[in-house]
Amino acid sequence: MGRYVLRRLLQLVPVFVGTTFLIYWLVWSLPGDRFAGKCGEKPCDPTYIAKMTEKFNLDDPLVLQYLKYLGKLLTGDFGENSSEVAIGSLINEAYPNTLRLALVALLIEAVIGLAAGILSGLRGRGFVDSLTLVSTLFLISLPVFVTGFALQILLGYELQWITPTVTDSPAPWGQLIAPGFVLGSLSMAYVARLTRTSIAENRRADYVRTAIAKGQPPRRVVGVHLLRNSAIPVVTYLGTDLGALMGGAIVTEGIFDIKGIGFLVYDGILGKDGATVTGVVSLLVVVYLLANLLVDLLYAVLDPRIRYD
Amino acid sequence: MTVESIVDSEAAGPLLAVDELFVEFRTRDGVAKVLNGVSYRVEAGETLAVLGESGSGKSVTAQTIMGILDTPPGVITGGEVRYHGENLLAASAKRRREVRGSGIAMIFQDALSALNPVFTVGFQIEEQLRVRRGMSRRDARKRAVELLDQVRIPNARDRVRQYPHEFSGGMRQRAMIAMSLALDPELLIADEPTTALDVTVQAQIMDLLREIQLDRHMGLILITHDLGVVAEVADRIAVMYAGRIVEQSDAVSLYRQPGHPYTQALLDSLPRLDLKGARLNTIKGLPPSLIDIPAGCPFHPRCPRVRDVCRTDVPPAHRPAAGRLSACHFAEELISGE
Repeated sequence: MGRYVLRRLLQLVPVFVGTTFLIYWLVWSLPGDRFAGKCGEKPCDPTYIAKMTEKFNLDDPLVLQYLKYLGKLLTGDFGENSSEVAIGSLINEAYPNTLRLALVALLIEAVIGLAAGILSGLRGRGFVDSLTLVSTLFLISLPVFVTGFALQILLGYELQWITPTVTDSPAPWGQLIAPGFVLGSLSMAYVARLTRTSIAENRRADYVRTAIAKGQPPRRVVGVHLLRNSAIPVVTYLGTDLGALMGGAIVTEGIFDIKGIGFLVYDGILGKDGATVTGVVSLLVVVYLLANLLVDLLYAVLDPRIRYD
Repeated sequence: MTVESIVDSEAAGPLLAVDELFVEFRTRDGVAKVLNGVSYRVEAGETLAVLGESGSGKSVTAQTIMGILDTPPGVITGGEVRYHGENLLAASAKRRREVRGSGIAMIFQDALSALNPVFTVGFQIEEQLRVRRGMSRRDARKRAVELLDQVRIPNARDRVRQYPHEFSGGMRQRAMIAMSLALDPELLIADEPTTALDVTVQAQIMDLLREIQLDRHMGLILITHDLGVVAEVADRIAVMYAGRIVEQSDAVSLYRQPGHPYTQALLDSLPRLDLKGARLNTIKGLPPSLIDIPAGCPFHPRCPRVRDVCRTDVPPAHRPAAGRLSACHFAEELISGE
């Protein structure tokens, strides 16, 4: 196990370098004048351009630019954006919001998705099962911005149960429930369906029959024997999804005005702020890779038949 | 206790009595009559072998006894399962659960799939002791090691922490047996316990079952399709065909002089040392479809001794000799060696 983790961590190095270079290259080679609009209506004055060119090593070849950037990044220095604000502090402000939103979304999709999946998987054909299948199909077919705006209008403006936009930063947990539901709705539908299939498949498994034949109480037969096996694919999915959720939700954060990572990236792209985009996305790459590694390790814990080494 | 008194006694209240059991499977293709009046009984310390082809109903009978029959599609349409005289089919779900494991335990054909892959062997044994007996974690672990020792698993102390997939086939079946013994059941149902194993391992498992059964004076129902397995361990044999028991007898007499043409055909199809190189005998035709069981004697389309009466009349239970039952019109002829 130790050697496996080490090998996986070493594999992260080339993946990290490759992805960050790709991002760097894409962002800094965007066509158009990168100083257009940076200084209001008039063109930027030459001293500003010279300063920025110096700061971002714009006269160097791209590879050298990237290497200089990477060197600073590895010391934890994300650099500054074109308004000379430290990107590190922007991330520090934005990340708690994204993290909270991701956790709320994960909680909602895990609790509701699992519950619906278990119920419909255990009952088999019938009302609960049909309800689960139809409602999840509905959620899967709807784009997030539709769910988002629909809930915002319904709950925020019509019924006035929620504040239509998140007002503070860091965002209060209560205000994140509706956005969390929007963000998690698609995965919630997948979790429900995955759980349902998994439970239905394992329900007639021999070891479940054994547990019944042992005279174990029904609660234990389902809650321990059946669930523990059925949870393996679901937990794996949830783990991967957490990695994706922490990447920030550009659409959801946009609709509910949450000052999170997605918001930051969106702003950076609009403002052609290469340093912000590269910095944030590099961080997301690391988060995503680590989340995936954790999932793989968790998989071995959940299923003892899987061995790494 | 003599064989006769076992078959005939009503009053004594045997350990387990299956009485006129009828089970149907309601499927899309029609109603399959899986059990058509199965009766047998088992006394403490006795081994009853239930013999038959796939689909003859031997496993369904066992599942009905245990209460683990899948319903639907299965429907119990008649009969009783009496454990110490108490009809389990009429008992509450709670009472049935009490009996499972502590009164009647069961082991299955494929121990790999019957054991839960994500829990250690120890956990699965200890679970019985902790949940059913309220034992502490430490006592349960100690007892689990003892049980694994009893079924002769080497290094039980270390093995108890391993998962089923880390055991060999024979060891898994031993672990399964240890688990079934955790609550000291009075009756063990072994559903083809050796079918998935090597021949040498088969013999070891049968020896182990035999020994445990004698030690604990436990009743044993051994379900198998293998006549060879049965010969050494069974006190009595019940032969099933198309959801009926076609012959019931003590093991010795059955081998010496079968009382039903089906039993005869099964015995004839065994490989024999003195007929080396010869083709094995087989039973012609296929087992009947349970949705459409032939009229009269269900075996008549495949029977070498078929006569007109077999095609029309269901044979009643004959008692061709003391302690023997046969559902053949000509049972007496067969036994007297015609």
